[in-house]
Amino acid sequence: MNRRLLLYAATFIVPLLIGSVGANAADTIKVATSFSILGDMVKQIGGDRVEVKTFVGPNGDAHVYEPTPGDARTLADSKILVVNGLGLEGWMSRLQKSSGFKGTVVTATKGIKTRQMEEEEHGTTRKITDPHAWQSLTNGRVYVQNIRDGLVAADPAGKDAYEANAKKFLADFDDVEKIVKDSIAKLPPARRKIITTHDAFGYFGATYGMEFIAPEGVSTDSEASAKDVAKIIRQIKAEKVPAVFLENVTDHRLLDQIARETGAKIGGTLYSDALSDANGPAATYLDMFRHNIQTLTAALSS
Amino acid sequence: MIDILTQPFVEFSFMRRALVGCLALSLGAPPVGVFLVLRRMSLMGDAMSHAILPGAAIGYLLAGLSLFAMSAGGLVAGIVVAVLAGIVARSTVLREDASLAAFYLVSLAAGVLIVSVRGSSIDLLHVLFGTVLALDDPALILIGAIATVTMTALAVMYRPLVLECLDPMFLRSVSRASSPTHIFFLVLVVLNLVGGFQALGTLMAVGIMLLPAVTARFWAEEVPNLIIVAVVAAFGSSALGLLLSYYANVPSGPAIILTCGVAYLVSLLVGPRGSLLRQLLPRKHLDA
Repeated sequence: MNRRLLLYAATFIVPLLIGSVGANAADTIKVATSFSILGDMVKQIGGDRVEVKTFVGPNGDAHVYEPTPGDARTLADSKILVVNGLGLEGWMSRLQKSSGFKGTVVTATKGIKTRQMEEEEHGTTRKITDPHAWQSLTNGRVYVQNIRDGLVAADPAGKDAYEANAKKFLADFDDVEKIVKDSIAKLPPARRKIITTHDAFGYFGATYGMEFIAPEGVSTDSEASAKDVAKIIRQIKAEKVPAVFLENVTDHRLLDQIARETGAKIGGTLYSDALSDANGPAATYLDMFRHNIQTLTAALSS
Repeated sequence: MIDILTQPFVEFSFMRRALVGCLALSLGAPPVGVFLVLRRMSLMGDAMSHAILPGAAIGYLLAGLSLFAMSAGGLVAGIVVAVLAGIVARSTVLREDASLAAFYLVSLAAGVLIVSVRGSSIDLLHVLFGTVLALDDPALILIGAIATVTMTALAVMYRPLVLECLDPMFLRSVSRASSPTHIFFLVLVVLNLVGGFQALGTLMAVGIMLLPAVTARFWAEEVPNLIIVAVVAAFGSSALGLLLSYYANVPSGPAIILTCGVAYLVSLLVGPRGSLLRQLLPRKHLDA
């Protein structure tokens, strides 16, 4: 073994070993989650029995993320990994392999009825699964159940606590869902149509009856072509779309240009793929819904 | 036919803005590229684009998506690297390429470190790869101003610059203009890269600077002609690239640079001066 290889081994493997030895000492269950929305859900359900670490933090983009060595250590340390699945976290399988993670993986979208999206690329349309399932509270309930079951399986002693927390959490879902439905019902049907930067609100739209149009596809990692932009501008003009909305995770320059050209107003910032930080308007999963529906209705009803 | 070419620009203001931005960029960057090629510093543009990247990233992390902060950061980082490399090359045993490589690598590493300390929020590649389809007024004014400064500066220092390219020893023996010319030229390179970074993104900014300049070598020999051909090639490729992006539904930045690349390949094959075709055909008397 040459010297460089040894050095690599020392830098990467030794911390992992130390990390995994330390893990058993703590009382709380260490849970790693891929992005902030799952992080909040696990916190709500796990309460103080779990210690949650989230890889893609507030306002971060979970579609494209480059894990750090620290993330690998966190993951190796964890007993449970909660992921969204449906192709959202393309970087996760590599991280799982390289970290030597040995715990259980909980896929939050397990059992959800997925939406297929047609994405046009270079003349050919291909079908892909839309990963943004959490944008519908119906699916959010499935997330909660999956996470609850995952926690119970890993920590049977906490069964009662997890079930009680989940029940309380789900009760709040009903309140928020009522607000969302009532607010949208008040909007005139012709105004239930908006533009966002990438296709993150497909499930929201399908569940609550709104139409979302976006220049970027379902993932943020594609670049818009002049044709895409032209198509949207024509559509906004033809269908008199009243407002465009920015998202917390994406670059808004293109949307600014579209708004300028069409005269549609910029309705505010929607939280799509990540929560805000603790002081922001969407610090938790349910706050995100409250904030988004408030932003939507404020811009669309005026 | 004409309608196909003009319709997108007539209908959409974002296409007109993109075209105007490309025109401004094509007036400034390719002439600078011509001098880079003449001075055998073609790869310097690429190195400088790496030196700019961390500056722009720092600007972004400090002030968010602000045109001013990112441009200023890129400008400062680029000029510091270029000037330091120039000074070291002129006052020590190290040559220009070696000292530049050293400085830009340090700059790049520092930038990557700063980005990762703050944690990746909005994907920086998205921010740094420009958006020619989203040029707003400040961005257009910035690109236009840079083109104006570049053309004026090139006109003022045209003579020493040509001498510096063709016979730097002679320039140094007759005048003290050599070092200032060199440094100021490096500043122009950085300025144009920052301008291109607004429109096409950091890496592709190098493309619009250099590809038209090397293309021009197959069409002209004298410096003024080289500059004219390079500017025409750059603007023509930009317009075609935008149309390609519009009709073929491909991202605009790469479409523009690939069109420049096609222009280069065609010139390489059949250009009137020194192309492959010319070398295969028997030369006419007195035409070499």
